[in-house]
Amino acid sequence: MANLHTTFAGISSPNPFWLASAPPTDKAYNVNRAFEAGWGGVVWKTLGEAGPPVVNVNGPRYGALLTPDRRLMGFNNIELITDRDLEINLKEITEVKRNWPDRAMVASLMVPCEEQSWKAILARVNDTGADGVELNFGCPHGMSERGMGAAVGQVPEYIQMVTEWCKHYSKLPVIVKLTPNITDVRLPARAAKQGGADAVSLINTINSIMGVDPYTLTMSPSTGGRGSHGGYCGPAVKPIALNMVAEIARDPLTAGLPISGIGGVGNWRDALDFIALGAGNVQVCTAAMVYGFKIVQEMSDGLSNYMDEVGITSVGQIVGKATPTVTNWQHLNLNVISKAVINQNSCIQCGRCHIACEDTSHQAITATKDGKRFFEVKEDECVGCNLCAVVCPVPECISLRDLKPGEKDLRTQHVVSDKHADWTTHPNNPTRVTQAA
Amino acid sequence: MSITLPPDIRPGRLSAQEYAHRFADATPRLTSAQAVLEAERCLYCFDAPCATACPTSIDVPSFIKRIADGNLRGSARAILEANPLGGMCARVCPTEDLCEAVCVKNTQEGKPVAIGRLQRFAVDALMESDKPQLFTRAPRTGKTVAVVGAGPAGLACAHTLARMGHDVVIFDAQPKAGGLNEYGLASYKTPDNFAQRELQWLLDIGGIEVRNGWKLETVTQLDALRQDYDALFLGMGLAATHQLGVAGSELDGVQDAVDFIATLRQTEDLSTLPVGRRVIVIGGGMTAVDAAVQSKLLGASVVHMVYRRGPDTMSASKAEQEWAQTNGVVLHHWLAPLEVVGHHGHVSAVRFAEQALVDGKLQPTGRELSWEADVVLKAIGQQLGNPVLNQAGLTLDAGRIATDAQGQTNLPGVWAGGDCRAGGLDLTVEAVEHGKQSAAAMHAHLCQA
Repeated sequence: MANLHTTFAGISSPNPFWLASAPPTDKAYNVNRAFEAGWGGVVWKTLGEAGPPVVNVNGPRYGALLTPDRRLMGFNNIELITDRDLEINLKEITEVKRNWPDRAMVASLMVPCEEQSWKAILARVNDTGADGVELNFGCPHGMSERGMGAAVGQVPEYIQMVTEWCKHYSKLPVIVKLTPNITDVRLPARAAKQGGADAVSLINTINSIMGVDPYTLTMSPSTGGRGSHGGYCGPAVKPIALNMVAEIARDPLTAGLPISGIGGVGNWRDALDFIALGAGNVQVCTAAMVYGFKIVQEMSDGLSNYMDEVGITSVGQIVGKATPTVTNWQHLNLNVISKAVINQNSCIQCGRCHIACEDTSHQAITATKDGKRFFEVKEDECVGCNLCAVVCPVPECISLRDLKPGEKDLRTQHVVSDKHADWTTHPNNPTRVTQAA
Repeated sequence: MSITLPPDIRPGRLSAQEYAHRFADATPRLTSAQAVLEAERCLYCFDAPCATACPTSIDVPSFIKRIADGNLRGSARAILEANPLGGMCARVCPTEDLCEAVCVKNTQEGKPVAIGRLQRFAVDALMESDKPQLFTRAPRTGKTVAVVGAGPAGLACAHTLARMGHDVVIFDAQPKAGGLNEYGLASYKTPDNFAQRELQWLLDIGGIEVRNGWKLETVTQLDALRQDYDALFLGMGLAATHQLGVAGSELDGVQDAVDFIATLRQTEDLSTLPVGRRVIVIGGGMTAVDAAVQSKLLGASVVHMVYRRGPDTMSASKAEQEWAQTNGVVLHHWLAPLEVVGHHGHVSAVRFAEQALVDGKLQPTGRELSWEADVVLKAIGQQLGNPVLNQAGLTLDAGRIATDAQGQTNLPGVWAGGDCRAGGLDLTVEAVEHGKQSAAAMHAHLCQA
């Protein structure tokens, strides 16, 4: 079994699976159970400043987007930061870290945007033996209205300022957690780096409303007939998170900055996606909240087996491997011509490829042949859009084939070129350059 | 010579609890959770093979998607628009030979979507809801149609016509409407009086009057219906059974399986219903299976179901044959009855000749065998059996009423459908389609006139 040990922003852990700052890491009881189950690290649920803790609503805190058979696709919460006393949390962090020296222990922090507040809490965290701090600049509800969380994360100047304070008042690695509720995630990431951050983690949750009760026509879930937007996470947000991770990983101004990938990690494949696109490790919450802590064993086992299978000996070898394959649209090679191919041996004749293509795309799949039900790609119409492969219920029944240079594209009657040609040089582009960049 | 025991035919072979248990729903209704999970398996195929395979063309993907979407009323509408007897068909259709046979999930997973059970789930949900009525009648046309026979064909025809605004009078020979739904199907397929509940739902649309105890016995009656009504639909089913044509058929204890089933269906307390200890059912169709299985369920010790050809040509589906077998019925093939043997005027055994196909023809092999029996149930097919139809000038084809594709007979203004129409499969769902098609044709005819 491949060794999954990772060192992220100087913090060592036996595997790249950390529990994100959230209800599962709210107290020693949970975190001990998480470590027993095999989690590589935890980011302790966000600590606020000393004094009376925040309060949560006493109605539903969670909502979910479910398939009709009740598999969870998306998850939403309106929980605030820890509602337990700071002293108890600090004491428990100290004890747990002492008992689990090989696991990563990171304290998530959120205090008012004042230097003294950060100075005070950092001094306390330093004493716990924690391995690092994560600055919660992402929480989209409840705290942002008080000038914290996402309210800071949406202003790059604040991010830089607070990061600088943290680096000044603590020797611990500083991880800045970013909110996705922003137009261009590269700007807060750059600000974090500018402020001296050791790493960023993303994404925090996305502003969301889960739905409406059809019979009362009230927002759902509701507390006493009213609801409030919550933070969205779970499998549905993974593609959004992956894009933001890749954006930061391939931005020259932040390249090399360690990234902790968060958002919809439910299995080893999800983790691999994040790591290959530039994350040094991943943080998980929803999958644990749905299945319990044991789920980490399936993640670890899956990733380890994958690494054995392809001959990779450390997680570090995967980090960012796919990042260079992400580019901007204008650099995509327009001379690559793909055509869908339906494997007739595995086709079950459901016809979904046909109707999807017929109604919504390029009318490039037959419905009959010689009067019989038969689904076949019409290469003279197919633009290689991949819709048929996406809607096909049979794995690997429909694939895309790249035409070889020299082959004729039956749709355009053009012979496929082996040269690269993209939008930057395309004749239809009014701002084209004469030579490809 | 062995000793012949007196016939052992008696009621009350089981405890009350055992009767209830044995005659409960053969296929229990899906729970809501099961229905949604099963509905999620449906791929919502393009030009879905299941819908094409349905004789009534129910839009199966739509009704299943609506179950998954939590729109049970819409689901029931998709079913009942195409098949007003969708509730009964969901219970009795040989789905394994129709919609489910062509489900693409067979190819993908070796197991079709449980279309029949989902259909029942949706229709039951509607019928048990606060507002079970889905359809309203079109403005009344002033036309009145006579329907003979309150079975699936007649009811489907009447309901369709009533929706279109015509008034309908149904004439039926039995004390209760429903035809084979009420008198012919095995009771575990349609427990809890479903046939009458469905009938009530159909009649609740309004404009349909049922006259029970009316038998078509003279040409004058038929002429009067043609005279008094704007159109006439004949859906009286098959009144007579084929005869065994062997010695001893008249002995006590030899009975038509359809009569046995009808009596069973009308018996409130099954413990009062006599059943033989040893029963032989002769035939290879659904009626034979229903009679054999129900005999076994009533407490018969030994039930032989005997068919003169092989399993492939049995008109009972493979699932029906398995149902019989797993309910303790012993199936025998390639045996033709030679003689019903009697003792003191009552059946005591049946003697059979073994047969084989020789050059495509059934030939006796020369071997014989016999089983003792207290009761013999004949289920070797039914026939029109009403001379009035022929006398009235209706063209017959192989003993049933000849029609065009829409069910129109050679007599102007007269349509026919269901089992009495020539060229059919003798399926409930087909009878419904006949009624529906004829109603559409009659509507066009009535609107012209």
